[in-house]
Amino acid sequence: MSEAAVIPQNSDAAWVLPSRGIVGMACLIVAESAIFIIFIVAYLYYLGKSLTGPTPHDVLELPIFTSICLLSSSATVHAAVSALHHGKRSATSLWLAATVLLGGIFLGGTAHEWYHLITVDHLTIQTNLFGTTFYSLVGLHASHVIVGLLMLSLALIFSLTGSLTPKHTGRLEVLSLYWHFVDAVWVVVFTVVYVLGR
Amino acid sequence: MATQAPVAAEITQTAPRRLWLQVLHDWVTTVDHKKIGLMYIGYALVFLVIAGFEALLMRVQLAIPNNHFVSPQSFNQLFTMHGTTMVFFVGMPILFGFGNYLIPLMIGARDMAFPRLNAFSFWISAFGGLLLYFSYLGGSGLYGAGSAPDIGWWAYAPLTLKAFSPGHSSDYWTIAILLSGVGTIGTSVNIVATTLCMRCPGMTLTRMPLLVWLYTVMSGLVFVTISPLTAAQIMLLLDRYVGSHFFDTQAGGSAVLWMHFFWIFGHPEVYVLVLPAFAFANEIIPVFSRKAIFGYPAMVAASVGIGFISLSVWAHHMFTIGMTSGANTFFVLATMAISVPTGIKIFNWLATLWGGKIHFTASMMFAIGFLFQFLIAGLTGIMLSVAPFDWQLGGSYFVVAHFHYVLVGAILFMLFSAFYYWYPKMTGRMLSEKLGKWHFWIFLIGFHLTFDFMHIPGLEGMPRRIYTYEADRGWMIWNMIISSGAIFQTIGTLLFVYNMVWSYFKGPAAGPDPWDAWTLEWSTASPPPAYNFAVTPTVASRRPLWDIKHPDDPDSHYE
Amino acid sequence: MRQIWSGLATQTPSGVSGSSTSIFAPAGTPAHSIFGLSMLVLGITGAIFLVVGGLLFYVLLRYRHRAGDADALQEPPQIYGSNQIELSWTVIPILIVVMLFLATARIILATQDAPKPASALDVTVIGHQFWWEFRYPKLGIVTANELHIPVSDPKHPTPTYLSMTSADTDHSFWIPRLAGKMDLIPNRVNTMWIDPESPGLYLGQCAQYCGTQHALMLLRVYADTPAQFAAWVAHQQQPGVADSSVAEGQSVFQHTACISCHTVAGTVATGTFGPDLTHVASRDTIASGSVPLTPANLRAFVDNPAQFKPGALMPAMHLNDRDLDAVTAYLLTLK
Repeated sequence: MSEAAVIPQNSDAAWVLPSRGIVGMACLIVAESAIFIIFIVAYLYYLGKSLTGPTPHDVLELPIFTSICLLSSSATVHAAVSALHHGKRSATSLWLAATVLLGGIFLGGTAHEWYHLITVDHLTIQTNLFGTTFYSLVGLHASHVIVGLLMLSLALIFSLTGSLTPKHTGRLEVLSLYWHFVDAVWVVVFTVVYVLGR
Repeated sequence: MATQAPVAAEITQTAPRRLWLQVLHDWVTTVDHKKIGLMYIGYALVFLVIAGFEALLMRVQLAIPNNHFVSPQSFNQLFTMHGTTMVFFVGMPILFGFGNYLIPLMIGARDMAFPRLNAFSFWISAFGGLLLYFSYLGGSGLYGAGSAPDIGWWAYAPLTLKAFSPGHSSDYWTIAILLSGVGTIGTSVNIVATTLCMRCPGMTLTRMPLLVWLYTVMSGLVFVTISPLTAAQIMLLLDRYVGSHFFDTQAGGSAVLWMHFFWIFGHPEVYVLVLPAFAFANEIIPVFSRKAIFGYPAMVAASVGIGFISLSVWAHHMFTIGMTSGANTFFVLATMAISVPTGIKIFNWLATLWGGKIHFTASMMFAIGFLFQFLIAGLTGIMLSVAPFDWQLGGSYFVVAHFHYVLVGAILFMLFSAFYYWYPKMTGRMLSEKLGKWHFWIFLIGFHLTFDFMHIPGLEGMPRRIYTYEADRGWMIWNMIISSGAIFQTIGTLLFVYNMVWSYFKGPAAGPDPWDAWTLEWSTASPPPAYNFAVTPTVASRRPLWDIKHPDDPDSHYE
Repeated sequence: MRQIWSGLATQTPSGVSGSSTSIFAPAGTPAHSIFGLSMLVLGITGAIFLVVGGLLFYVLLRYRHRAGDADALQEPPQIYGSNQIELSWTVIPILIVVMLFLATARIILATQDAPKPASALDVTVIGHQFWWEFRYPKLGIVTANELHIPVSDPKHPTPTYLSMTSADTDHSFWIPRLAGKMDLIPNRVNTMWIDPESPGLYLGQCAQYCGTQHALMLLRVYADTPAQFAAWVAHQQQPGVADSSVAEGQSVFQHTACISCHTVAGTVATGTFGPDLTHVASRDTIASGSVPLTPANLRAFVDNPAQFKPGALMPAMHLNDRDLDAVTAYLLTLK
């Protein structure tokens, strides 16, 4: 059979393309953002349209402490990536642990808030349109936090056992991008649900 | 090649069963984009036959008024399953299959960016299709599982809520599509990462083949298109099982909200389906006109423009739901606007043909059919964009005719063209040109018998999704003609399947470049080796093989 | 042009324009406006098709590869683009779009935002699976499936304004000869108006898939002359006929499950899940227009609706023959 056409090589200029991991995560973030936007639209659309109470104003309080914890965890995960890049093993583990802890506090706070809403305020997903849109939106975000914490815990374990090395910085950076996204979503959810909606 | 003394070949005799199993194991565990692409295509062709059969049953039922060929319940399941299957388990997989196969080859890469994600996306999509069809097995008596969905492929609320759909038919629809949606997003992530991060040296974005551009735009569209459907389906599941009230009109919920969410997905989805058809046209028409595509930058801009504008037109599917005149007017304008970049593409294809040397191969004939038919489909689309006209014709057979003109007349025709063009690359054999032309003419007659005449009952007041109709409306003659066309299309499709099978074993050898084409996939063997290219190519223009074949007048001088 | 289309439209194979549901046989203002606009649109798109399609056809003939040509083996001149040409075929379509858009916007506003005259008749339409409920709030009338409205004289228009909603899933009201369609959506009220210009029967049907019997949820709009309409109204305002000769049938009706779904004004039957039967015998059809009203059909329908409309929500009543005959006789007196 004939030879395949030979294309001349020309390797003068450096041929640099973006990192696959970052591009892949960026695409995933776009898709996830679209999902969140739909839940936010539903929340805004149904504001004030519930046929019965309770209303956001009645039962919601600003979750300031847990929000500060979650948003600070963006800083700690960034520090973890930086530490890994510089080869500081124990600092990496420390910052990762701090991230997991702060995220865990946020989740705990959410659980506590929901317990109070359900048992004291009698607000469930079935109660009215507010209940429907509140639990689904905040729950969707919380599920993303859980997934992120699982991945961060894995990274922490790898770091503690010494398997995480500077050549994995790119991967940890991709994970941190996901975590920043989760935090950014919280900023929007917080504003829409606890500030505007009340 | 160095010679050596002949050595008796060692043939390891494995029991046939083991060999079979090895082959199966190889395909099931593969992460090679070519194999995954072929699996997508094969899987889609199986569903094409099934969904086509569902259409045949419907056409038999509708050929005469007050027919009793199938029950109303069966008919309602048939149109739901036909639409759902064709969009999600034929259209999407077959287009992703071609994309998967061709993109790495066209950019000089060894595989997609994330091969394991590629395999996962395929298998989860395939599972979704199987789950949807499992619903036929779950009869309403069998463990109370409920049967095939009968809610229409748009699944409008509140018909889908427990109150009106007590069985599990809605759930099969929802979960099957949710799963395949995950697969779709995965493949799109792969396509974007591949095209941005894995191009061979010298292939700047403006030197990528237009097919790669169009698949990238299509994948970007998927991220913001499939996700709204995923979100809406989660909401539907919550309504059905957890007692939430997203679409529960008794509790103040809104049926219109489902419509908005669905069509925010649904309209860009049809562009997701048609952009790959444009992609094929951009590669095939130039080769068989022997000319470069006319206006490459405009084609890129038009494609990106179509992608963006398509996100703003969705409520033209909702002109009859009672929106304000302001809203209706906005969506009329946005929908009409999209005709401008689309028209530009048609004119550019026309200009590519102009002054060329047109070879009427089977592949090109299907591409020409695509050009005429896409023109007509676009024009009926402009008619429907005129909201008052849509107040009459929306929800009627005119709309059914319009969208089948796009899906069959444009997309399926361009798919046939792509098969005839790239089959040699994928298998190393040529498809029979003679059978191809028979396929073309028979299918063309059937297509026009069915879908040209289908506009008329719409104009005469026949709504869609009805299992029968009154004898005194005057619709029978048209329905008979429409149904007769289905027979020709079936014969044409069977010829095509036969051609593919026969040629695999008996077709003439293709060689690496049977069409004298210009993009990178034609520079490697047919079929390509597992690693695609022995040496990663470097390119200096949009048509690297043209440059090699015409060293005195390469494209790089003109770009 | 208009006459050709209208002629074609009424030349349906049945030959009877009364059964025509063609959008090209308009008989009311909204349908006329849409018809006019559609002629413009068809003209423009037809012209585009002829020009572009013609060019395509020409190109395929003129530039086909002929093996016998002297330069058959050479590649043709490669043309990569042309800014002027590409600009022109961007600008011209934009101009066409602008023109079409303005023509469309005008009709949207004229139809949707038309001021409501004081002489308009108000009808509330409620969609059900699989029948139509019509209420005339200012006249105190409730009826089903067959809508009577006055003819509208263009010099002194008396349009009918329909306020529409649904009791269950989505439906759509479509009488092609009178107007475009409008959806009936639960928890939402939509409004449209119709003004038939000549007396007669206008047909249509539900145009939004609503479940099993969507196909047989037919519509019959009777455009009455002023005299006819006044007579109809006066009649409908009466309570149900009390005919002592069908007392047995009335007793069966009132002691079986019938009254839990149906209303007969002036009796204990006050159910609202199914169509109002106060004047059922004055209608031409039953089963939302899909079954002609004859004694035999009525009896068969009451016995087992599924034989006409499988999937209809009315259950088979399983009456014995005597009761069935009695109740049918009773229903037939409800003129």
